[in-house]
Amino acid sequence: MTLYTIITYSENFAGILNQITAVFTRRQVNIESLNVCSSSTPGVHKYTITCYCTEEMVKIITKQIEKRIDVLQARYYTADQIFIQEVALFKLSTPSLVEESAISRTIRQHSAKIVEVNETYSIVTLTGLPEDIDSLYVSLDSFGCVLQFVRCGAIAVTKNRRELLDEYLETLGVNH
Amino acid sequence: MPNNKITGAEALMRSLENEGVTTLFGYPGGAIMPSYDALYDHRSTLNHILVRHEQGAVHAAQGYARVSGKVGCAIVTSGPGAMNTVTGVADAMIDSTPLVVICGQVGAAFLGTDAFQEVDVIGVTQPITKWNFQIRRAEDVAWAVSRAFYIAKSGRPGPVVLDFTKNAQTSLVDYEPKRVDFIRSYLPVPQIDETAIKTAAKMINHSERPFMLVGQGVELGDARKELRELIEKANIPVGCTMLGLSALPSDHPLNKGMLGMHGNLGPNVLTNQCDLLIAVGMRFDDRVTGNINTYARQAKVIHFEIDPSEVNKNVHADLAVLGDCKQTLAEVIKYVQPADNSLWISRFTPYEQQENEKVIEPAIHPAEGPLLMGEVVRRVSELTENKAILVTDVGQNQLFGCRYFKFTEGRSVLTSGGCGTMGFGLPAAIGATFGAPERTVCLFVGDGGLQMTIQELGTIMEQHTPVKIILLNNNYLGNVRQWQYLFFHKRYSFTPMLNPDYEKIADGYGIKARTVVERKDLDDAINEMLQTDGPFLLQCAVMEEDNVLPMTPPGANVDEMMLEIK
Repeated sequence: MTLYTIITYSENFAGILNQITAVFTRRQVNIESLNVCSSSTPGVHKYTITCYCTEEMVKIITKQIEKRIDVLQARYYTADQIFIQEVALFKLSTPSLVEESAISRTIRQHSAKIVEVNETYSIVTLTGLPEDIDSLYVSLDSFGCVLQFVRCGAIAVTKNRRELLDEYLETLGVNH
Repeated sequence: MPNNKITGAEALMRSLENEGVTTLFGYPGGAIMPSYDALYDHRSTLNHILVRHEQGAVHAAQGYARVSGKVGCAIVTSGPGAMNTVTGVADAMIDSTPLVVICGQVGAAFLGTDAFQEVDVIGVTQPITKWNFQIRRAEDVAWAVSRAFYIAKSGRPGPVVLDFTKNAQTSLVDYEPKRVDFIRSYLPVPQIDETAIKTAAKMINHSERPFMLVGQGVELGDARKELRELIEKANIPVGCTMLGLSALPSDHPLNKGMLGMHGNLGPNVLTNQCDLLIAVGMRFDDRVTGNINTYARQAKVIHFEIDPSEVNKNVHADLAVLGDCKQTLAEVIKYVQPADNSLWISRFTPYEQQENEKVIEPAIHPAEGPLLMGEVVRRVSELTENKAILVTDVGQNQLFGCRYFKFTEGRSVLTSGGCGTMGFGLPAAIGATFGAPERTVCLFVGDGGLQMTIQELGTIMEQHTPVKIILLNNNYLGNVRQWQYLFFHKRYSFTPMLNPDYEKIADGYGIKARTVVERKDLDDAINEMLQTDGPFLLQCAVMEEDNVLPMTPPGANVDEMMLEIK
C-alpha cells in the first residue's frame, strides 16, 4: 500500500464532493485527508485527496472520478512527484510551556511558530510535511501539554512547470 | 410591451419538444402537477403514456430507448413517485440506457424541511445516474433539459434525473430554446489513437486463435456492419454477451453463441484456449468471466471501449482501443489481413455437438413429458421468423429466452442484464411497442416477475399495446429454486408459489388469453397469439422443476460448465 495524492478539478457545482467521495466508499478505500478550495482558474474547484491503496486501485479510482460529468480532471501522484504540505495547530497549556523549557526547544527545533500566548494557553502552528507534524505532535504530547490539536488536509502542487488543468483547458480552447 | 413569459412547466414541454421527444411515460402527483397541466396543452405532440406505477414508467422508457436508440423519457412526482423510479434508474445505469427522468420536487423554499413528499432525490440518485440536477429556477429549464439529453445519449449512454422544484415549474421565464452539445469537463468519446488501431490490427494479424467478445456497445454504437466486416475479413469467431446477442445475426457462421454462466459451451470453454481475446463494447461482468483469476490467462487481451474507466477494471487489457467502436472497428478493418482460421474455428464444433446433444435438443424438442420453457421460446422465435424483439423478465424465463430465441435484426434483445431486475419485463415490453411500433414484441416472463409489475396490464389495456406476453408458469421462483437445488441442499425456502388464475386476470383487463398445457396445442396457441391484433397473454404450464443448463457454477472457471445435473 502506497500513499497516493489525487488532485482533481471540478466545476463549482453543488454535490460534486459527494460524487467524488462516493467513489472511495464504493471501493472501500479510506480517505486519509481531503482539502477542497477554489483553484487559480475562476469557477473551478481543486480537490487534494490522499489515500493508501495499491496502484491498481488508485488508477481505477482516478478514472471513476474523472468519469463524473462535471469533473474536469483527476490525476494521481506518489510523494516524489509532488510538493506536499500540511498546516497544524497545537493548543498548549501556557503553565507547562513556562515550566518546561524543553517544550520551547522542541517547538524551535521543528521551526514551528508560537502565534498566540495568554495565561491559560498558547497556540503553535506548523506548516510542513505530514511526518514533520506527526513528529512535533509526538514530542509535545510526551510533555502532556497538548490541550487541542488539529491539522488540515494535505495540499500539494505538482512538479510540472504548469497546472495540467491549464493545458487541458487550452487544448479545449483550440478545439472549440 | 407584450408579455412573452411562460411558466417553467411550459418551458419544460417546449424543451422536450425541442429535444425531439414524442413519447413519455409517467404518472402525475402533487409536486409535478404544474408540469402535467402544461402537458395537457401538448398532448398532440407529446404522447404521454399513463402507467400504473412509477417503476413501470422507467422500465417502459428503458424499453422504448433500447429498441429505438432514442432517449427514453419518464415523468413522475416527488417523494414516493421519484423513489419508485430508483430501481429502473439503477437498471439503466448498469445497462447503459439513455434515459431522462423528470421528478417533481417540493418548492425550493421547502427544501430540507422534511416537507410533504420531499425526498433528497439528488442524494439518492447520485450514485445511479450519469448526471443529475435540481432545477430550482425556471431560467434553468431550457439549459438543464438540453444538457440532460446531451449527457444521456452521448458517449456511453446512461440515465439522467432532473429534480424539478414546484416553484421553478410555476414561475415565469422568457423562454429561449437551448442546445447543449459541449461540456468542457466531459469528453463523451475518447480520441482515437492511431497507434492503438495499428497495434490492434497487428495483434489480430499475428494471432492464431483469435476470439471476439461482443457486447451491447456494438448495438449502442450502431457498429453491427463494422463488426461483421471485421470478423468476416479476419475470420474471427465471436461470442456475444446477453445484451449483445442481436449485434450479429444468430445464424452467422462466426457467431458461436452466448457467453456467460448459462451461455454456450464452445465460447466459454474456448475463452481459455484462444491466444487473443478481443472484447468490443463489453465490461467483463462476473456473470461472463466466472473466476476472474483463471479467466483467459493464456491470451493477450484487446479491449475496444468508449468508457476509459472500464479498461483494466476487471480484466487486464494488454491493449485498450478507446473510442466509438463504429469508428475504431472501421479503422482496424483497414489494417487487418484476411486470415484462414478454419482449424481454430473447427474447434468449436465438438462443443456445439456435445451441447446440442446433451442440452439443446432435449430442451427444444422433447419427445414427452411436460411442456418445457426452451421449446416454447424456440417455437415463438421460429414462428416469428426470428425477426421479433425478445423481451424477458429475470430468471429462468430470461436465460431460456436468451439461449433459445434467435435473431436476425439488431436491437432485438431487451432484458435486464447488470441489475437483474425482476418486474422489468412487462413494462419494458410496453415501452418497446412504442419504440418500435412496426415490430412484433414477445415478452417471456415468469409467474414471479409478472406479479412484480402486473399492474401494467392496465397500461396495456388502456393503450391496447400489442405486447405478446408468454407467461412461463412453473409455480416456482424457478431460478432461485434451481440454485437451492444445486447449492442449498434442495431446501426450497420460499420459492414455491401459489398462483392466481392468470386467464381471469387477463380477462379482467380485457386482454385475450389462452393457456397451453399440452405440447400438441403449442403451435396453434402461438399462432393465435401472433395473429391476434393487440395484446395477448399466452400462459404455458411448463415443467415445474426444470433447470437452465449448461451452467458455470458461481465462482467456477469459465471453462468448467456443467452440462447436466447429476
